[in-house]
Amino acid sequence: MNNFTPFSALLGGIIIGLSVVFYFYTTGRLAGISGIFENAIIGTSKRLSNLAFLLGLVIGPLIYFNFIAPTPVAFNITHSYLLIIPGGFLVGFGTRLGGGCTSGHGICGIGRLSVNSIIATGIFVAIGMLTVTILQQFGVYL
Amino acid sequence: MNDKVISLLCGIIFGIGLVISGMTNPEKVIGFLSITHNWDASLIFVMGGAIITAGPFFYFFKNKEFSALGDKINLPTKQNIDKKLIIGSSLFGIGWGLVGLCPGPAISALATFDPVTVVFLLSMAAGVLVKKNTIK
Repeated sequence: MNNFTPFSALLGGIIIGLSVVFYFYTTGRLAGISGIFENAIIGTSKRLSNLAFLLGLVIGPLIYFNFIAPTPVAFNITHSYLLIIPGGFLVGFGTRLGGGCTSGHGICGIGRLSVNSIIATGIFVAIGMLTVTILQQFGVYL
Repeated sequence: MNDKVISLLCGIIFGIGLVISGMTNPEKVIGFLSITHNWDASLIFVMGGAIITAGPFFYFFKNKEFSALGDKINLPTKQNIDKKLIIGSSLFGIGWGLVGLCPGPAISALATFDPVTVVFLLSMAAGVLVKKNTIK
C-alpha cells in the first residue's frame, strides 16, 4: 500500500459529507451525482439547479487548484477509447438502472442505513475489483 | 438564497472534497479496486468520512417533512432488492473498473481540460439516455 493516503482521504470525505448534509437540509434532495446528472440532461423539474450542482463540481477543483493548493493534483486517466467509451456508457446505464452511484448509494444510501444501498455498494465495489483484476491479467493497469 | 445558488455551492464544496480526497484521480480509484495487487485502501476513508459526517444528520432529520427552502422531502423508501438493482450495480461496477471514474469525479475531471473526460461524459450521457428510453 505505497500510495495509501488516509488523512487526505478522510478530510476529503468529511467535506463531501458536509456538502451532502447541507444539500439535503436546504433542498431536501439527496446528493447522488448520477441522479443529478440525469436530471440535468433530461429532467423536467429543478433542471437548472441540477446543472448548477454539476457546474459546482467543475468549479470546486478549479478553485482548489488556483487558490488553495497550487500544486498540480495528479490525474492519470487512460487515453484508450476502447476503455473510455464502454466504461462511460456502462457507468451511465448501470447507475440509472441500479438507482445510484458511489455518492447516491455509497454515501447517502449507506448514511441512511438503506439495505438496498448497502447491497448495491457491495455489488459495484466487488464487480469493480473483479474487472480491474481481470484487466490486470491482460496487462492493463499494472 | 435560492435553490440554484445553494446547488452551485454544494457542488463546489463536493468538488473540493473530491479533489482533496484524491478520488478525481482514476489511478487512485483503480488502486482501490486492485485488491490483489498493491492495494490502496484510501477510498474506504473517503466513503467512511462522508458516511460518518452525513449519517447522524440523516438520522436526526429522518422525519423532516420540508426542507429549509420549503420543498416537500421525498426520500426513496423502497426496500426490495430486485434485478434492476443487481444488474445495474454490476454494470456500473464493470464501467467503474474499466476507467476508474464514477459520475462525480468524471464531472469534476472536466476541470483538467483533458478531452478524454468529455468523451467519457458523452458516453455516460448516452448510457443514461439508452436506459431511460429502453427500460421503464
